[in-house]
Amino acid sequence: MKYLDEYRDHRIARALAAEIVQSTTQPWVLMEICGGQTHTIMRYGIDELLPRGIELVHGPGCPVCVTPLETVDKAIALALQPDVILVSYGDMLRVPGSHSDLFRAKAQGADVRIAYSPMEAVKIARANPDRKVVFLAIGFETTAPANAMAAWQAKREGLSNFSLLVSHVLVPPAIRALMVSQTNRVQGFIAPGHVCTVMGCKEYESLVRDFRVPIVVGGFEPVDILEAVLMLVRQLEAGEARLENQYVRSVSYQGNVSAQEIMAEVFEIADQKWRGIGPIPQSGLRLREEYAAYDADRVFDLGEMTVDEPAECISAQVLQGLKKPTDCPAFGMRCTPENPLGAPMVSTEGACAAYYHYRRHAVAK
Amino acid sequence: MSISTKTPVEINFELSCPTPLPVRDTILLGHGSGGKLSAELVRDIFLPAFQNPMLARLDDQAVVNVNGQRLAMTTDSFVVKPLFFPGGDIGSLAVHGTVNDLAMGGATPLFLSAAFIIEEGFSVDELRRVVNSLRQAAGEACVYVVTGDTKVVEKGKGDGLFINTTGIGLVPEGVDLSADRARPGDKVILSGSIGDHGIAILAQREGLEFETQIQSDSAALHTLVAAMLGVGSGIRCMRDPTRGGVSSTLNEIAERSRVGIEILESSLPIHEQVRGACELLGLDPLYVANEGKLIAIVAPEAADAVLQAARRHPLGAEAQIIGTVKEENSGLVTMRTPLGTTRVVDMLAGDQLPRIC
Repeated sequence: MKYLDEYRDHRIARALAAEIVQSTTQPWVLMEICGGQTHTIMRYGIDELLPRGIELVHGPGCPVCVTPLETVDKAIALALQPDVILVSYGDMLRVPGSHSDLFRAKAQGADVRIAYSPMEAVKIARANPDRKVVFLAIGFETTAPANAMAAWQAKREGLSNFSLLVSHVLVPPAIRALMVSQTNRVQGFIAPGHVCTVMGCKEYESLVRDFRVPIVVGGFEPVDILEAVLMLVRQLEAGEARLENQYVRSVSYQGNVSAQEIMAEVFEIADQKWRGIGPIPQSGLRLREEYAAYDADRVFDLGEMTVDEPAECISAQVLQGLKKPTDCPAFGMRCTPENPLGAPMVSTEGACAAYYHYRRHAVAK
Repeated sequence: MSISTKTPVEINFELSCPTPLPVRDTILLGHGSGGKLSAELVRDIFLPAFQNPMLARLDDQAVVNVNGQRLAMTTDSFVVKPLFFPGGDIGSLAVHGTVNDLAMGGATPLFLSAAFIIEEGFSVDELRRVVNSLRQAAGEACVYVVTGDTKVVEKGKGDGLFINTTGIGLVPEGVDLSADRARPGDKVILSGSIGDHGIAILAQREGLEFETQIQSDSAALHTLVAAMLGVGSGIRCMRDPTRGGVSSTLNEIAERSRVGIEILESSLPIHEQVRGACELLGLDPLYVANEGKLIAIVAPEAADAVLQAARRHPLGAEAQIIGTVKEENSGLVTMRTPLGTTRVVDMLAGDQLPRIC
């Protein structure tokens, strides 16, 4: 398959791995931001191909994992209201809230539907004028334009029964937060290719400058990841810190300007809480005042949610790259995809799920 | 739109993580997905209730001895949505699914029952189409529908039409296939491309369009089975990888036989369009349902003859040896990736969920 097979070619991958080995003279800690990249690393065993000194730590780029518990609880509470149809991306349904998840709410009779695109939720709202349709609008800059488009379209049509429960997060403020943290070990970043397809590379320049940290925008196939690692290693070994783009077949410097315009029209930047990490200033999006009528948080009076998160799982450290999923005592024992303790065990983009799913060292079943 | 904050702020990373959810007290959709949750239900609820050695084999069919004849019996319910899909419909599927469960035990399918649970308001015309299709599929598979039942449930209490079929067949002398018979060194044969049925259904359900339509592989496999059994006694076990896909079937065999199974990713036959659809939707074809494929575990010395026999049959033309049974990694299925690394192919936890981005 074109644009796929050449990026999974074992000869190219092995040649890149050999070049990484040759270029590496000392240990380096690199973080791939996106959970999709973590998934590829585990699925293809890319860490096995790297020299021992190169440590890949996994970043917070799993949209499902960082969606705050409050948002999950709110979604469940909304879904259980009899006149509400809650529409969500599939991944969110199994994420544990404080006491339940959306699958269980569905089993209790809640009308919960999976959509591939928020525009499907608009369609559902159009077809069900007597029901209130709420779309659980989560994700990074990747999903924001489509979610914005749904609000824009609903407003244009004057749909009064459609709203978004928004929990949007942004990558650059998260990298900034990681870099200023006392515990940071990361020396180079593979920036998320899909996010940059929307936002362009330009946003990452100030991070490279402010922290003198090399950033390579990378793709999602094995050859992409290996090439991005090689580009980072070469910079680090040469004492450089530059912004480079490995994922040129998809990412431009400016990004998708139309997508950015619709985001800016509908959303504004706001403080945001990240599940497992905590609040990061100016790291999220909320609906602008003009779209207040489409903001589920303002349309429904849900009050303040008190959430319940005692510590067993170590998702906070995993999401910051401080620990590997296998460092967690619950991993594979008390925490499995069918009985997840934390969101990173749920999503296919979650680091714990990637480790469990593709585990090369059998864990206790 | 600029999204970087100018002043770096020291973040107080707080430890937060969710509470484990209480033990499952309700049935979730995942309990019907053929993966781990389904296996849990069988283990915790059904097996203890009905305990007997014929059930305990947990094969696709039970084989019971009646007056010296080995009778194979199986039952299956069909709740597919949409009722009509490219390559088949709920009627033909209700025949193929049950015939195949018999065939996987090496049995010659003979008789079927058909029970219809119909929702009030369902179109008689559609029912006629389904019944005609069921009749035609039964004719092609040389089985008679000898008994049946009809129930109508109130509007909103069913999803149009559900069908249950039960099948009875005879197991020929000398045939003994079971999931606990795999031995180290055995070869794993897959009869053709994977994922066609699941993706055809999903594409129809979600309104996804491809250059050429993906057809379900729904088919009765008993003649393919007979052709493969015809070349000798080297076949240890046969399974059709329906719900839960190839991964769930291989995991069941690995667990039941207490062996490891290693498959080679590059040897898996997957049609280009199914691959494309899976990439797009974030699904793994190893977990997608098939309705016209079988997996055979075959003694190494017989593997080539069985493979050739399969390939001579129209339903096995794309058959491949996809892996080998190993002594190590007992109970686990592993896969050699194209990069030469190895990973575990786990059983599906619940339903396969589409990825967000």
